[in-house]
Amino acid sequence: MAEPSREYSTVSKVVGPIIVVDDVEGIGYSEVVEITMPSGEKRLGQVLETQSTRAIVQVFGGTRDLDTDITSVRFSGEIMKIPLSGEILGRIFNGIAHPLDGGGPVIPEEMRDIYGLPINPYAREHPRDSIETGISAIDGMNTLVRGQKLPIFSGAGLPHNLLAAQITRQAKVLGQEEDFAVVFAAMGITHEEAAFFLRDFRSTGALERAVLFLNLADDPAIERIITPRLALTTAEFLAFEKDMHVLVILTDLTNYCESLREIAAAREEVPGRRGYPGYMYTDLAGIYERAGRIAGKKGSITQLPILTMPDDDITHPVPDLTGYITEGQIVLSRDLHRKGIYPPINVLPCLSRLMQGGIGEGRTREDHADVNNQLYSAYAQGIKIKNLVAVIGEEGLSDTDRQYLAFTERFETEFIAQGQYEDRSFHRTLDIAWELLSILPQSELKRIDTRFVAKYHPAHGRHQA
Amino acid sequence: MTSQAGVIIRVTGPVVLASGLRGARMFEIVKVGRQELIGEIITLEEDVATIQVYEETAGIVPGEAVLRTGESLSVELGPGLLGNIYDGIQRPLREINVLWADFISRGATLPALSEAKKWEFDPKVKEGDQVSGGDTLGVVQESTTISHKIMVPPGISGRIHMIASAGTYTIRETIATVRNGDRVFDLTMVQRWPVRSARPVKEKLDPQKPLITGQRIIDTLFPITKGGTAAIPGPFGSGKTVVQHQLAKWADADIIVFIGCGERGNEMADVLTEFPTLEDPKTGEPLMNRMILIANTSNMPVAAREASVYTGITIAEYFRDMGYDVALMADSTSRWAEAMREISGRLEEMPGEEGYPAYLGSRLADFYERAGRVLVCGSGKETGSISVIGAVSPPGGDFSEPVTQNTLRIVKVFWALDSDLAYRRHFPAINWLLSYSLYGEEVGRWWTENIGPEWVAYRKEMMLLLQKENELEEIVKLVGPEVLPEEDKLVLFKAETIRESYLAQYAFHPHDTYTGAGRQYRMMAMLFDFFTLADRALEHNITTEQIRNLPVKTALARMGSVPKDMEETEFAGIKTAMAAQFKELGV
Ligand SMILES: Nc1ncnc2c1ncn2[C@@H]1O[C@H](COP(=O)(O)OP(=O)(O)OP(=O)(O)O)[C@@H](O)[C@H]1O
Ligand SMILES: [Mg+2]
Repeated sequence: MAEPSREYSTVSKVVGPIIVVDDVEGIGYSEVVEITMPSGEKRLGQVLETQSTRAIVQVFGGTRDLDTDITSVRFSGEIMKIPLSGEILGRIFNGIAHPLDGGGPVIPEEMRDIYGLPINPYAREHPRDSIETGISAIDGMNTLVRGQKLPIFSGAGLPHNLLAAQITRQAKVLGQEEDFAVVFAAMGITHEEAAFFLRDFRSTGALERAVLFLNLADDPAIERIITPRLALTTAEFLAFEKDMHVLVILTDLTNYCESLREIAAAREEVPGRRGYPGYMYTDLAGIYERAGRIAGKKGSITQLPILTMPDDDITHPVPDLTGYITEGQIVLSRDLHRKGIYPPINVLPCLSRLMQGGIGEGRTREDHADVNNQLYSAYAQGIKIKNLVAVIGEEGLSDTDRQYLAFTERFETEFIAQGQYEDRSFHRTLDIAWELLSILPQSELKRIDTRFVAKYHPAHGRHQA
Repeated sequence: MTSQAGVIIRVTGPVVLASGLRGARMFEIVKVGRQELIGEIITLEEDVATIQVYEETAGIVPGEAVLRTGESLSVELGPGLLGNIYDGIQRPLREINVLWADFISRGATLPALSEAKKWEFDPKVKEGDQVSGGDTLGVVQESTTISHKIMVPPGISGRIHMIASAGTYTIRETIATVRNGDRVFDLTMVQRWPVRSARPVKEKLDPQKPLITGQRIIDTLFPITKGGTAAIPGPFGSGKTVVQHQLAKWADADIIVFIGCGERGNEMADVLTEFPTLEDPKTGEPLMNRMILIANTSNMPVAAREASVYTGITIAEYFRDMGYDVALMADSTSRWAEAMREISGRLEEMPGEEGYPAYLGSRLADFYERAGRVLVCGSGKETGSISVIGAVSPPGGDFSEPVTQNTLRIVKVFWALDSDLAYRRHFPAINWLLSYSLYGEEVGRWWTENIGPEWVAYRKEMMLLLQKENELEEIVKLVGPEVLPEEDKLVLFKAETIRESYLAQYAFHPHDTYTGAGRQYRMMAMLFDFFTLADRALEHNITTEQIRNLPVKTALARMGSVPKDMEETEFAGIKTAMAAQFKELGV
């Protein structure tokens, strides 16, 4: 494109976050735009559609106070880019990458297109290095792997922030001491929530190795469209140019999707489910797929997006489309939270699709896959019996049923529940699992190889590896 | 190539409008803008064409040119396809990675098949032979098991004027000339074919043989045939991709085409790392050698995603035309449908149900219609087949949505995945009450003749027990299990045993991952032996609880994971143990 920048004051229409500029010429699709308000204030925008003499522009700062008379629009001839350098660690920016920390602008080693390019599937390396988060419900049941995208599906008022902070504090890859970095993108979260993360990162020293992009609840909503892209472009630079293992926390994707919906409504697009645009899957994939490993490169991007499920409904389009793209999900439960269990992870709907390659002999422990499988089947059975008991009482239960009930109770209070600062090893997690499985008759352990039963079952003289 | 150019008048996402294109044809490929991005005409009105662009359109400016090519979107078919990985419009991802970078940039275009590689060509016709479309000119042994037939392209016939002698040739060298009157056709080892048109066949035949997948619940309860169609819908995380990978690994087809349509990059990486290390149980060849991978992941351009299923099925048809049994997996057809919806939305077409275009149903039908067992073109009597297995990803796991419903109207096999089963890690999470196969009868004949006489009876009894279990569960929910009569308790226990010892199959276990037809039959026989003994025990007033506590129960649950070379001894051991344990109960 490389057109020189051109300025027009021919705004003909303003709808929601969108303006129409007429009598223009040679405007490139996706071009960055600077809008000068009647007051002289400047806002950032981007071309959503271009025609021979007309451009449709989304205004990230919102259209309040914008007029069709004085307001002028400068088309830059460039697509949106972010300045990047190794010095960016430790910096704090707002949602459109303006410094909030009093530091000056980043002196760029490189300017990068924030939409990035798709990783060639052939260049990807299948992620296999398991991360020990120290949290049993994750490590034992849904192991996280370096280069994975694993979202937390939460609900309003549930402790997803505590969990994300605990993962950030404790995450490590066994036997490896390597360069790590945290990239944090806030989209519409409160000042209080942002302050919590800042405090936590500061107290552990993670802040020096972090880059923060903060679009808070009272910041312009449309900016949220670019905040995660700034974060991921930064992460790609750190991971694949600077060889770092980058953990990206994105919160809250539900707010991001609201902004998408707002733009779609303003453009009068045909809505998909519940008013969200039909292309939301593709749009979200453009965010979530920017995770992984590349063959021959040292670094990695692990994504931990957080989203709140409206009405705790996992079939709502935001969690639903997310689950269809990410490599599993950690689901928080209001019931467990009410029972006082932290972390209130309902393991049944949870999944880690990359777990398989990251566990087992030489990685976590040889019995891990079987134990995980058995725990799932036993816990599901226990929950089924519990629901039955709610109707018919405990009288009609067999001995085995009762044992399943006991298992289920202790599974929640001893395996799932743990302290916010309690950091369990893989081995500890698996040992607790065996302890609990030994409540059940051995003939019920159908999913565990007899070798492992002989080796790890407490009844056979506990093996301590 | 025509030099006539149009002018861009509008750009919105992957859709570009250009005027001045009078005379252009529907589905013609054009080059868009200064960077000459590849696009395809999808609507025409007067001289204005709507173009879907297969690459990112950022930076395109109205006023830039659109060049016509006169060609429709086509694929190159010839030696070198096997083991390759392509994007949705057949760009070779491996070569692009080697020549460019780890990230796919715009304008990265390379020939789909290596032009430098020399192939050993072995002629099968002589000068003067009369040939027509589909006849074999010669063969290239592409791997130890796949001989790649070099065929006369559809629509060409005449006498062989020249045929190359045995030797090595590149795909650009002429290996035959065919003369028909005064028309002469120079043929190479490559054909081009427009992806949106089905390749011709002589005759469609009824599918007869099962496609053995090694997945017990599929082969036994809900079989698919060679040439059959199946849909596998389910919510996220219920196991669509794993089932499709399992089929790609173990199905007894000659050629596998796997289309990753709008799904995850890491899943493609998984296939690329794992498949070359696995051996075809039939031939001992690395599984990658019989496979073609189309990878247009969710973050790659959406228009190329729309094209990817056509690219895949055309390649499948080409191998079918050689007389092979091809199995094609499309993961996920919903992402394809969404690509249609996305493009249609940008065109401001009148939306149908849930915003999908009104032609959704007919596009799906046209696609599945390209499956089937056929008499292939040419003078021989050879048959070939394409089995199509499409994943469907319904929003919220709700099967009443348009893509699932339209698909169900077409396909003959339905594997309904169930999140409850997945939550308790019962895999494959195929719901045995909702799923069905309309091929049961044809397939039953094959099993009876080739594997064992009781197969039909076993299968029927299994289905019956599972249905009874479902009815009894309803009662249990109200009154608890203890009040049921012993006979019913035994039914529940039998159904549980079928579920846990037969239907559940762990894809990641080195042995459980695949169960051949013979072993499936022996496992069923073992279970029914057990059931017969259990029935007898009940007559001796032994309770279901006592039977449930027999240690042999766990051995039955592990039958699938017994290594192949130990099957005979282990199964014999289970039989003996079973008899002894019942004997101890007094049976
Ligand atoms: N047969 C199986 N054996 C063992 N595990 C399985 C099996 N099938 C599925 N799984 C487990 O379920 C997970 C999810 O399966 P899969 O990725 O196939 O889901 P999906 O239906 O394709 O989801 P999506 O629609 O999001 O792509 C797998 O990562 C694996 O852990
Ligand atoms: Mg999948």
